[in-house]
Amino acid sequence: MLTESELAAPAAAPAAPVIGEPLIQLDNVSVLYRVPRERIHSFKEYAIRWLRRQVAYNEFWALKDVNLEVRRGEVFGIIGPNGAGKSTLLKVVARVLRPTTGRVRVRGRVAPLLELGAGFDMELTGRENVFLNGAVLGYSQRDIAERFDRIVDFAGVREFIDAPLRTYSSGMVVRLGFAVATDVRPEVLIVDEVLGVGDAEFQRKSSARIEAFRDANTTILMVSHSLGAVTQMCKRAAWIEHGVIRSIGPAPDVVADYQH
Amino acid sequence: MQPVYLEYDSASRQPPMIGELVELFRYRDLLRMMVVNIIKTRYKRSALGVVWTLLNPLLNMAVLSVAFSSLFGGSLVHYPVYVLSGLIFWNFFTQTTLYAMNTLVWGGTLLKRVYIPRTIFSVASVGNGLVNLLLSMIPLVIIMLVLGHPLYAAWWLVPLAVLLLAMFALGVALFMSTVAVYFTDVVDMYQVFIQALFFLTPIMYPKDILPARFQWFLHLNPLFNLLEVFRSPIYLGMSPGLNTLLAAALSAIVALLIGWWTFTRKADEFAYRI
Repeated sequence: MLTESELAAPAAAPAAPVIGEPLIQLDNVSVLYRVPRERIHSFKEYAIRWLRRQVAYNEFWALKDVNLEVRRGEVFGIIGPNGAGKSTLLKVVARVLRPTTGRVRVRGRVAPLLELGAGFDMELTGRENVFLNGAVLGYSQRDIAERFDRIVDFAGVREFIDAPLRTYSSGMVVRLGFAVATDVRPEVLIVDEVLGVGDAEFQRKSSARIEAFRDANTTILMVSHSLGAVTQMCKRAAWIEHGVIRSIGPAPDVVADYQH
Repeated sequence: MQPVYLEYDSASRQPPMIGELVELFRYRDLLRMMVVNIIKTRYKRSALGVVWTLLNPLLNMAVLSVAFSSLFGGSLVHYPVYVLSGLIFWNFFTQTTLYAMNTLVWGGTLLKRVYIPRTIFSVASVGNGLVNLLLSMIPLVIIMLVLGHPLYAAWWLVPLAVLLLAMFALGVALFMSTVAVYFTDVVDMYQVFIQALFFLTPIMYPKDILPARFQWFLHLNPLFNLLEVFRSPIYLGMSPGLNTLLAAALSAIVALLIGWWTFTRKADEFAYRI
């Protein structure tokens, strides 16, 4: 069941978010994937081929000269077909990939909801994993200790918290990952695909939390295949294809362009 | 409005060698947890648990002592002390470097999913190695007491020796992990190489077994100098001599700098390669 305050939050029309200074800036960002035409794993093979000048690469630009600025309090959507470079863009912002050329700047604490529960160890207990995952996300052990109860209650795994993670259902694992990643309101939230996390009730809970972040001026960068969700949630959006921004502007316009 | 307290700039001019150090410090809690978790998961899976860490070098020592005591026992009193201190040294080096390579090559998928300082894998395996080394000092001291080998005052040098060894191992671990990200068969090649090096380093035989004209060769092997710094205070009760000490310190510093520099310069490519 949803609590009263959660129900009330979206209803009490929040003050329009204050659009502030840029938190995410991409200047001429390009990412080059350089994949050997045949995967060469061994040094021996590589040495032989290199001597024969046979190391051939497939090169392709996953992103090409992307310029983007997302300001504080903005909800920005990214749309485009599969393989267009949307996930690469998110990874560049999340600092997982460094751009081949160009400059990326991000200000404020970033919560990447790309991979929930990164670093979870199935042999360790839920409790140990909350601390481990928190540390992977850059929180100190003291931070996590203070927020531990809230995290566990939000994920709804209180009874199982001292059991090894491998005994959890996949839904429980994802819920725990979401709870750790979003316990503190971040300045920048990166979301890959609208979250279908857990059962219907948890989905409501997680969307309520993301909406609360938005209302509190968190910048949200989201990738989605659901054009409806982008039109509804985002003020601005970009359409990416073959690593290039085809269209950027108010979300409804970009979605209309894309549908053409 | 909340203050901006974190900033990421991909075009930062900070040299990666320094930047990585700052990031590693920021993620120190993760580092500590990784070390603890390596130990925890290992002991959860094995019935003997911590006993195994104590038993393993002892068993090796027993085998080598039975095999070689009569051969080297003449020139080396209390041969088990000699060989066990050598094995503890050697195990630390090989386990640490191999573990670092394997965790990065096979466990490094984490780097594709989330940002963490990349050196953390190598530093954590050195941390794990240090815990094991500390534990295996217990059977060493027991053996020394049983055989009546004196516990010399020169033991104060041992922490310094361990520090130098850890620096050297970290440097090698970082360098070899970098190479192993690109070519996984380097892990196997390294294993063969390390096995050969074991026999070329006086772990289980006295160093003067080599003809005088090859003695200089020993000093080209950085592991020999480091071994002398570690074993002399334990076995002979004396400092290894200033030259050996300086050579060991130099190789530790150089190895660490080369390893750290290579690794941090290439680390941004790892997420594309692993």
